[in-house]
Amino acid sequence: MRYEIVEAGALDLAVLIAAVRDRGAGGLVTFVGYVRETSDDDRAVTGLSYEAHRELALAEMRTIGAEASTRFGPARVAIAHRVGELTIGEAAVAIAVAAAHRGVAFDACEYAIDELKRRVPIWKKEHYVAGDPAWRENVKEKFRAEP
Amino acid sequence: MNVRVVPFARIREIVGSAELTRAAAEGATAGEVWGGLAREFPALADLLASTRLVRNGAFVRPETALCDGDELGLLPPYGGG
Repeated sequence: MRYEIVEAGALDLAVLIAAVRDRGAGGLVTFVGYVRETSDDDRAVTGLSYEAHRELALAEMRTIGAEASTRFGPARVAIAHRVGELTIGEAAVAIAVAAAHRGVAFDACEYAIDELKRRVPIWKKEHYVAGDPAWRENVKEKFRAEP
Repeated sequence: MNVRVVPFARIREIVGSAELTRAAAEGATAGEVWGGLAREFPALADLLASTRLVRNGAFVRPETALCDGDELGLLPPYGGG
């Protein structure tokens, strides 16, 4: 119901929550992904740069939101992802999902972040305290199995 | 015919340009143009199978034929989230 690629400025979770809450929402689940100080292979990270294929990324985010609602029961979904240069502790992605009951909201939110990592054309380059920066790909094996 | 190639992320860094034009035979497919670029830049070899192809803003299969003036987007594996 709200899908954004944010070029500059912090992600605003309150805006996403406001976009999905309505009088039928009995449960609301949020997920925020932050830039960590350590890479998956234990290197000290100084920051990340993200880029996106903007049109396709927004289209895929919309599709994922609609799928989450169809699969798990009616749910209202908002997703925002940063692009550009991010430092440690900054939010890279934020998701808010509202539904009548919490089960649907939890499931739809987890589905949204899993599918975003798998299907949305966004790329991440890690910058390190020591050594050259590197593009990092999302690894399939990390994701939960299909339900 | 000429195809406008728009590489993203790691592919863009390897080819050193955000956009390039490549001549291709009439009826050449998206996969053939991509394969030609990978031969031109051997560092692209490990991305050959995992890169998604986009013709004029829509995902296409490698066997999709291109037309003169088409834009071919090259999307390496994703890293969002």
